[in-house]
Amino acid sequence: MSIPLIVFFACALLAVAGAVTLILAREPVHSALALIVVMLSLAILYLLLGSDFIAAVQILVYGGAIMVLFVYVIMLLNAGAEERTDFSKLAKFAGVPLGFFLLLWTAHWLAHSPAGRAAGTGGAARHGVSTIDLSLLIFRKYLFPFEATSILILVAILGALVLARKSE
Amino acid sequence: MIPLPAEQLLNLHRVAPEVVLCVFGIVIMVVDPFVQAAGRRALGWLAFIGALTALASVHLAAHFPGRAYSDLVNVDRFSIFVHVVVIGAASLAILGSLDYLEGEGLQRGEYYALVLFATAGMGILAGANELVTAFIGLEMSSISSYVLAGFRRRALPSNEASVKYFLLGSFATAFFLYGIAMVYGATGTTLISGIQTFLVSLPPSQHLPALAILGLGLIFVGLGFKVVVAPFQAYAPDVYEGAPTPVTALLASAPKVATFALMLRVFYVSFGSAQHLWFWVIWISAVLTMFIGNLGALMQTNVKRMLGYSSIAHAGYILVAFAASTDLGIAAALFYLSAYVLMKVGAFLVVTHLGQQGERRLAVADYAGLGMKQPVLAACFSLFLFSLLGLPVTGGFLGKFFAFQSALDAKIVWLVVIAGINSVIGAYYYLRVIIAMYFWEPSQDYTPTPVAPALSAALLVAAAGTLYLGLLPTRVLVLAKAAADSLSLLSLR
Repeated sequence: MSIPLIVFFACALLAVAGAVTLILAREPVHSALALIVVMLSLAILYLLLGSDFIAAVQILVYGGAIMVLFVYVIMLLNAGAEERTDFSKLAKFAGVPLGFFLLLWTAHWLAHSPAGRAAGTGGAARHGVSTIDLSLLIFRKYLFPFEATSILILVAILGALVLARKSE
Repeated sequence: MIPLPAEQLLNLHRVAPEVVLCVFGIVIMVVDPFVQAAGRRALGWLAFIGALTALASVHLAAHFPGRAYSDLVNVDRFSIFVHVVVIGAASLAILGSLDYLEGEGLQRGEYYALVLFATAGMGILAGANELVTAFIGLEMSSISSYVLAGFRRRALPSNEASVKYFLLGSFATAFFLYGIAMVYGATGTTLISGIQTFLVSLPPSQHLPALAILGLGLIFVGLGFKVVVAPFQAYAPDVYEGAPTPVTALLASAPKVATFALMLRVFYVSFGSAQHLWFWVIWISAVLTMFIGNLGALMQTNVKRMLGYSSIAHAGYILVAFAASTDLGIAAALFYLSAYVLMKVGAFLVVTHLGQQGERRLAVADYAGLGMKQPVLAACFSLFLFSLLGLPVTGGFLGKFFAFQSALDAKIVWLVVIAGINSVIGAYYYLRVIIAMYFWEPSQDYTPTPVAPALSAALLVAAAGTLYLGLLPTRVLVLAKAAADSLSLLSLR
């Protein structure tokens, strides 16, 4: 077994384990931590597929910014342990079998259809856009809207400040 | 290839108005914390100077026509015309805001910065040759508008206006974005001229891709919301009524002009070959817009809200010229827009002054006897109302005249008949205010306050402009025609 394959299985298992913990954990903070595990292992999976830019964005945006937002909301709401209710009947009798069906169907598609195989082995990513192509687009072709976006974000920050600050 | 510095400089010249507006906006933000509360008024003047500088830099940009930034921005006579109208409207609104904010205790640098950023966004919208760039411009102008609408934070109607505008506006931009994505999926480009090239190059036997048509529909929803045409007008009266009046003056004028400009580019240039598909959409929307606007205005006793409805009706008249979809129709729409901006900003600025602190006096009854108490102000207001109504000697009359004429030339007779009926309906509610001003017994509890110099200057410019367009329309009309021609050069017809 090659090293990338070992890394792949390790990260894949970690991602699934993180996702399951995310759902089952009773403390919102634990769920948030589990989500970080999912995000990071997904980032490594993207790296294995050769999409280094997506991997970096995944860590910066999802692992960084969005997670901070989640933790912040949990803190502001002062959320304690969640209450357990019984499973909804629909989820139990329709959701679980449908979930398994979806899993099997996806596995079948990956294994047997040509497009699925290509996707499964990262064929699409290899012919995909490199970081260089992407940066050429952003900083050359779309330079103007990119710079305008900075003003747009400034406007959003300014607006939030105006509406949220204490009246004088 | 690395772009040469000379080319960069050229590009910068072409977006000079936007750069100037953004720089002034940022300077105001930076200076704001160091200015005493009493001196904040100076920031307003700085913003006004910024707007005038931007107006001057439009002249600079006009010397370098062509495409900039890998064809994303287009400087032609059309974009120049729209720039002048938009920035002019913003300058008038800034002049009208100075004393209003003072009276409401809202004098802040952020206000002026947001107005300048919004104007920069509209400028981008006017010059965009690419849909993603246009989207950024639209968002810049919209997000600033949401905040400006809620600037009177302690007034409930203002909060309502802001939230309504924000929620519905976000949906509208999402529709617009979805539309862009679909058009891109169908044609493989987001360049406005690129879409046109693709659609024209389709063999005649082949139908337009369904995805492109669907995308055009979604773009119409998104832009129709921003220019306030039916059936996307429901939010407008509440927003126009709740927003601070000088902000309403801005919202009802400049964004409409800029968004109409983009709409013309998308429909007339990109989808010019699909005119048979969108003609009836525009036709039906125009009829609905005119009736909803005019009948809605008929029921109002609040002058501010009535003017809000009337601005919906005017979007309908502009759609009449749009439906003609000829060079003449576009020139008429541009002329109408410039006249509309002057009279609408003027009318709302009068309401700004007469509303008094806290915007208490907005009912028609509050205008009773104004003709005796403040004859000059009443005369100005009457002029704007006559122009909105479309009486001769005013810009509004010629705007309507050219719009209807171009529609008649394009053999859209029924639409013109309906527009004529609507103009007559409009007479009732405009004249009611004028009658109240001159023939009703003046209310006793009102002591007129003198009009501040800045506001009077703005009113004077608006009134003079309205008369100028009504008496000597040739110059502006020639410019509008040249602007329309530069658009149709693109449309290969």
